[in-house]
Formats: sequence, C-alpha cells, structure tokens
Amino acid sequence: MTVQTAPGGTAAAKAKPSELSFLGALQANMRDYGLLLALILIMLFFQYFTNGVLFKPVNLTNIILQNSYIIVMALGMLLVIVAGHIDLSVGSVSGFIGALAAMLMVGWRFPPELAFLAHPLVAGAICLAAGAAIGAAQGYIIAYHRVPAFIVTLAGMLIFKGLSLAVLAGKSVGPFPAEFQLLSAGFIPDFVGPITMPWLAENGQNVVLHSTTMVIAILAVVGMVFSAIRGRARRKLRGYDVEPFSLFVVKNVVIAALVMFFAYMLASYRGLPNVLVVMGILIAGFVFLTKKMTFGRRIYALGGNLKAASLSGIKTERTTFYIFAIMGALAALAGMIYAARLNSATPKAGQGLELDVIAAVFIGGASALGGVGQVAGAVIGAFIMGVMNNGMSIMGVNIDWQQMIKGVVLLAAVFFDLYNKNRSA
Amino acid sequence: MSKTILEMRSITKTFPGVKALSDVNLDVVEGEIHAICGENGAGKSTLMKVLSGVYPHGSYEGQIVYKGEEQHFRSIRDSEHKGIVIIHQELALVPLLSIAENIFLGNEQAKGGVIDWDETRDGARKLLSMVGLSEDPDTLVTNIGVGKQQLVEIAKALSKQVQLLILDEPTASLSEKDSQALLDLLLEFKKQGITSIIISHKLNEISRIADRVTVIRDGRTIETMDTDQITEDRIITSMVGRSLDDRYPTREPKIGDVIIEVKNWSVYHPQHRERQVTKDVNITLRKGEVVGIAGLMGSGRTEFAMSLFGRSYGQKITGEVIKDGQRIDVSTVERAIRNGIAYGTEDRKTFGLNLIDHIKHNVTIANLPGISRWGVIDDLTELDVANDYRKKTNIRSSSVYQTVGNLSGGNQQKVVLSKWLYANPDVLILDEPTRGIDVGAKYEIYTIINQLAAQGKAILVISSEMPELLGITDRLYVMNEGRIVGEMPTSEASQEKIMRAIVRAEGKAS
Ligand SMILES: Nc1ncnc2c1ncn2[C@@H]1O[C@H](COP(=O)(O)OP(=O)(O)OP(=O)(O)O)[C@@H](O)[C@H]1O
Ligand SMILES: [Mg+2]
Repeated sequence: MTVQTAPGGTAAAKAKPSELSFLGALQANMRDYGLLLALILIMLFFQYFTNGVLFKPVNLTNIILQNSYIIVMALGMLLVIVAGHIDLSVGSVSGFIGALAAMLMVGWRFPPELAFLAHPLVAGAICLAAGAAIGAAQGYIIAYHRVPAFIVTLAGMLIFKGLSLAVLAGKSVGPFPAEFQLLSAGFIPDFVGPITMPWLAENGQNVVLHSTTMVIAILAVVGMVFSAIRGRARRKLRGYDVEPFSLFVVKNVVIAALVMFFAYMLASYRGLPNVLVVMGILIAGFVFLTKKMTFGRRIYALGGNLKAASLSGIKTERTTFYIFAIMGALAALAGMIYAARLNSATPKAGQGLELDVIAAVFIGGASALGGVGQVAGAVIGAFIMGVMNNGMSIMGVNIDWQQMIKGVVLLAAVFFDLYNKNRSA
Repeated sequence: MSKTILEMRSITKTFPGVKALSDVNLDVVEGEIHAICGENGAGKSTLMKVLSGVYPHGSYEGQIVYKGEEQHFRSIRDSEHKGIVIIHQELALVPLLSIAENIFLGNEQAKGGVIDWDETRDGARKLLSMVGLSEDPDTLVTNIGVGKQQLVEIAKALSKQVQLLILDEPTASLSEKDSQALLDLLLEFKKQGITSIIISHKLNEISRIADRVTVIRDGRTIETMDTDQITEDRIITSMVGRSLDDRYPTREPKIGDVIIEVKNWSVYHPQHRERQVTKDVNITLRKGEVVGIAGLMGSGRTEFAMSLFGRSYGQKITGEVIKDGQRIDVSTVERAIRNGIAYGTEDRKTFGLNLIDHIKHNVTIANLPGISRWGVIDDLTELDVANDYRKKTNIRSSSVYQTVGNLSGGNQQKVVLSKWLYANPDVLILDEPTRGIDVGAKYEIYTIINQLAAQGKAILVISSEMPELLGITDRLYVMNEGRIVGEMPTSEASQEKIMRAIVRAEGKAS
C-alpha cells in the first residue's frame, strides 16, 4: 500500500488563522493545568504549616531525591495503565534488582577474570538488562497468552519478593562503591564555579549559587520558549488557530519563572542532583514518546479499544510486550536509585512502592479503564504524593494519619477528575 | 377525537460547543405510531434522551407535558414509572445473562431480595410470546441473533407496563425478515393502544407504518406530516432541505484487470473447531469494479471478510489470496493492510472506533506511517489529514477534536469510512457501510465509492439492503451458509433472482 501523505493545506486550513478568545483558551488550559495548580497550592499549604521549611533549598532537594524512584517507575506505569493493564510487581522487582546490584558490586566474590562484573557501570547495565528481561517475561505471558496482567504481576510480586530475600540471604548488603552512590547522592559538578551573591545575604550568610545549575536552567528555559514560539509560528503558517498571544506570553512567562525559581533554590544548595538529570531526560523522553511517536499513539489506541486497534493493523501483542519490558527496565533503574540512596540493599526494599506508583498515575488523571493518561500528570501526581509525605513528616503528623490522608487525597483526586469529565460531557 | 399524550415544547439542549437541539416541538397523539426523521446528527437521539430522562430535567430548556402534566424526569427510572420506555440505538442487553434475567433486569421478580425464578421464567415466557419470540427464557442473550435481541428489548419494555415506547433505529441491524416482524409487532401494539415513537433512516418502513412523521434538521423541527401527506420524497426534501432526484449516483464503470483473487477460502468457527463457517469461497475482483456480496443475515459474509483481513476471525483458515498475479500474505491485519487490503467493519463501536478518543486520532490510526517519519508524528500534517477527511465525508462535529463517542451514530460510521479511505488501500471491503446513515449521507458515501472505483481500486460491499447492492455494484455474489451460491452481473440481477439463488442453495443443503 502506498503511503498517502497529506494534501498540503486543505481548504479548511486555508481559512484565515484566528486567535481564540482569551477566556475560552484560558478555560481550555485550566483543565490541563489544574493539576499543576493543585500541586502548587499543596506546596504553599505546607510552606505555611511547616513555617517555611518546605521551600528551604535543602528540603526541596530532598523531596526530589526521595521521590525520584517513584517518578521513574510512574513513567512506565503510565504506559502500562494507558494500555489498560496494571503492574503490581514493580516494587518487588525494584527491590530484587537493588539486591542484585548489591550482590554484583559487593556481595559476590568474582574470580579475577570476571571481576569486571563488579564494576558499577557493568553491574548497572546488567541490572537494567535483568529488569527489562523480567518485564519482558511478564509482558510475554500477558500479551501472547492473554493472562490478565493483574494476575501475572501479582505472581511476579510474590516471586521477586522471595527472590530478593533469597539473594540477600535475609541480610542487608552494602555499602556500595562510591561511584554507585553518586547515582542518588551526587550532584553535577560545577564547571563554571560558584558565584557569591552578597546582595542576597541573609542573616550575614552569603548565598552561594551553583552556577552550572543556573546556566543549565537558563538554557532549558530558552530552549523551551524557543520551541514554543516556533510551534506557534508553524501552526499559524499552516493556517490553524492559535491561542491568544497574551495567554501564550503569560503561560510561557509563568512556566519559565517556575523553572528559574526551582533552579535557583537548587543552585543555592548543592546544585542539580544527578538523579534529577536522569529523571529530566527520562521525563522529556516519555513526553515525546507519548505525544509525538507512533509507538505512543498505538498505546493509547489499544488502551481505548483493543479490538479496534488490532483491526487497524496495530500489533497489539508486540506493543504490550514492549510496554512491560520498558516498565521492567524502569523498575530496575528505580531499584538502583533506591539502593544507592540507602547505600545498602535490604530484603524489604521496594515493598509496597507499587502502590505509591500506581496512586501517582491515577492522581495524575489516568483512567483505570485504559486509553487515558498523561506523562506530565503522572509526574505531578507523584510530586503531590511526595510533597504531602514530606510536608506531613516535617509537621510531625503520625504515619497512620499520613496513610489515611494520602488515601483520601487519591480518592478525592480521581473523584474530582470524573466529576469534571461528567460535567463537560 | 384523538388526544395528545405527549407534548415537548421548545426543547433546547446544548453540549459544550454544540447546540444539539434548539426550540424543538413535538406532539404525539395517543395510540399513534409517530416517526422522527432527520439527517445524522440532526438531534433525534438527543431529543429522545431528553424525553426519557437520560438527560435529566434541568440539563435542557423547555417543557415536557405527558398525559396533561408537566414532567421533570430526573432519570430513566422516573420516565419508566410513567410508562415511557426507550430502546436505544445501541442495544443495552447484558450478553452473558439469560433472556429472562435481561427482561427483568432492574425490575427483578423478587420477594425480599430473593429472586423467584419460577415467576421470572413464567413472566418471561408470557412476554416473549407477546413479541412472537419462541426461545427458551434461559438461553443466554449472547447466543441469539440481533433480531431476536431486539425482540427481547421490546419484551423488557413490555414488562415495564409501557404506554409510550420509543425505538431509536430498531431495524438498523436487522434483516429484512426480522424488520418486517418488528414493524408488524408495532402495528399490533398500536391496536392494543400502545403509542410508539420510532426513529429510522429506512424511509420505506416509515411510510409503511407511521401515522405521522416529524422531521428534524440541524436541531430544529421542520414539520410534522399527517398520514395522507407522507411520501418518501417529501420526507427527504424536508430532511435535507432540497429534493434528491436519485438515490444512487450514476457512474460509467471502467473495469480493468483482475486485481485480487481469493481461492478456496475455508474458515472454521473460533470456538467450535468442527464447524465450518466459510466453505471453499472463490471470488475475483477487478480494478475499478464495485462488487457486492448479497445474502441473508448470518450467511457468513462478515466472517468471510474478517477472516480474509488478517485472520481476524476464525481458525484453521485455508486458501490463498492472489493480488496482481502474486500470492500475498494476509495472515495479520498489518500485513493485509500493507498489501493493500482494508476492511471497514459493520460494528463500529466494538471493532471500528476508539470511542474515548477524538476524530483526528481515529482517522489516522490505520495509516500512521502516512503522518510520521522515523516513528515521529507530524501533528500538523495529521491535523490537515483529519480536517480533509472530515470535510470529504461530511462528518458533523464541532471540530476534529470532538470525542468520537459523542458523535451521532451516522457520523461515527463516517469516521470509520474516513479511516479506511486514508489508509488508501487497493482493495476496500466495506461491511454494511451505510448502516444507520441518512439518505443524503448515503448518497455521499456512494459517491465516494464511485470515486475510489474510478481511481482503479476494487471495492467489495457487503450489505443487507438489496436495493443498495443493486444500485451501486457492477457484479454480485450471493452467499448462503458460508458458500458462494450465485454470481451475476448487477445488470441482470434482481431481488427475486438473488432470493432464488439462496432458496435453491438451501434446498440443496437439506
Ligand atoms: N454527549 C455529547 N457531547 C457532545 N455532543 C453531543 C453529545 N451527544 C450528541 N452530541 C451532538 O449532538 C448532535 C445530535 O446528535 P444525535 O445523536 O441526537 O443525532 P441523531 O439525529 O440521533 O443522528 P443519527 O441519525 O446519526 O443517529 C450531534 O451533532 C452530536 O455530535
Ligand atoms: Mg441517533
């Protein structure tokens, strides 16, 4: 079959490009940004009730470090849930991979010719591959043998829980080599060198900025604004409506300001954590995958209607298989981040994490029925959970209350989302 | 004189971005059969949903006066209490429950929460006999055909002491025979004093049974015709705003070489390994040719087409497909598409569309390579494509970003068609392409089929409407029980000839 490309500029497209009304466009955007707004409100709430501790640079850095592994897994879980499945095994798999990493680097004594296996990079690669293989195995059963994901991954959860115990022989194994710890505890080096900002001095203490962080943030903001302007121009050129210029400016300024604010906060502590760099790349990659790539489009299609998707020529089995393999690799990465953070692998590591991950994705607006969900939503969902954990801990809320409050928030978020959708239907 | 049972006064209903109804008036006389006609997306289903409380009081403007009292239905239950029962365009039976269970669903014959099964079965049997269905009440709904399912829906309505029965396109997926039976049943109900409102795109049915017809266009009432005024032509004129001289566009067939040959195609039932569904089918299509497969419902046409399209149906499939002189691989949908074959399904909700996504994504999904490079989608190209096809097939929607599930039935069908047009196949199989589509839009779809043929593509049309097959095809195959039992040029074909081929085959089989 010949591939038919679009007739450049259709009659409809030739119509004079117009700008939508400011209010209408703002309303349309509010739904998209509602979640972000909720996150900001929650942060402000805790900022107030923790007497300003939440926004301390060291604490913001901590929030990122504490939630990095949840976010990494939430990216994969988003794909899984959009495809209409679920993965209950990710917590145990991440724990098992942490254990494997510990044994490779510390626990097992390799003969000299195999000693390279203990090198952090080699071990890391092995761990990622092992995670992908675990995900692929589960995905194979789910996709090609049609065993429900709930059951396959529930079994996986039990199996890998047991395996981590077995591999570690019930003990904690650590500490990790220093290079490996950098994954979680490290910050990017300051190539440019620190700058002191005497005019921002507080209580006689100078603010010293990690300048490379600021440079990276500025580059990121410039890139973002540039691509937004280009996208807008391209739409206009092809004859499509664009949002009002005023709203466009406001939106970009707000987002740029937010990015710069957080960059400044991080820079006044120790700069960009390594793990944030990894996360940033992954998040950007997954946004691109879900929004722009045919692979992502196919996931939404098969989650929305499996039969219609396969009758449209989508290889639904293969797509499902890949999704679980990706999830496995991400669980492995998360397991390593977690282990590096604790600086040891423990038999209990990772247990129950799957629930936080799944909750993050649902708070982020994904549908349990499949076909609906956004990467940005999942990431913000994870941060909402993370900020609440952090804020409540600082406030000294008991763990039992914390659990209950988080449960209520999950329920409320999903309820609110459904209510909104029904009202607009 | 007859008295008015229902009056709907200046009903206005808006969805975000769409005014589905504006100032619609409808009055229905007790004991009549009142038909509602209008183009796809005119607002017929929406009006009935307003009436039956699917859209609760307060979500629309205007008044509903039923039996002399103004009604404020908050849900379907409210309207059912008053004897108003709606049977929706898409059947709402639970496939894995029995007939009896479905009939009394939500209205169980129970004492203190414990179901009285004898009562249930007896009641069901009584109701089934009223609708002329002789099935065991314990049979699962999934095991009976659509025609019978429709009757079960009606039996269910009867169980609710229906006084005003609303049927939204009840015959759209019924065979000729089942449709007749259903319409006779409505006439029977009329004698018993039950009032009916029926929505249909089959104008011959309407002129046969309706006492009065109300036409809606673009969410407005155009007119209500009395019995002596009803003619198909007048309905059409009123529906589309102009007269339609021909139902089928004319065309000069330019038929070329053989493009595809299917040889000895055999398929077995997916669950019952021994049951052969398609038996040694041989068909040939030529470039520029429109070929039809006639046959009764259940004659195995859909099964044949789906098995051909990437083995989407059945097992133990044997036979070969030769395209442009070469054997091609159609063992997966993806390969079939790559080899230039496409199949537009008859069941748009289950097999055709991602209902929760918008038009744009549904149109391009079968041809993602067309809008992407290296696996990266060019969103503006995609937008161009979607707008282009929305215009070509005349899809009525607020934009290409309207969720497909919110489109009217006929417009959903056009999205399915757009999807396969964009996939640009050489051989296009269309299964009931005009099901639920209004007369004007049918004409548009026939025109598109003709254009495809003029481009040298081959089109295979499966349809249960014989006039349609006779009107648009060049050649016909007749299928019965999974076997081709006749082949004729359309110029020599007639409904009688097709029926004779079927009857002869059945005679031979038994
Ligand atoms: N939930 C909804 N949200 C938005 N628009 C809707 C919704 N339901 C219906 N519409 C719009 O309202 C209009 C009327 O739809 P309706 O289903 O009543 O048409 P119809 O006359 O029954 O057509 P058909 O003959 O194709 O069934 C259409 O334009 C449709 O897109
Ligand atoms: Mg309708």
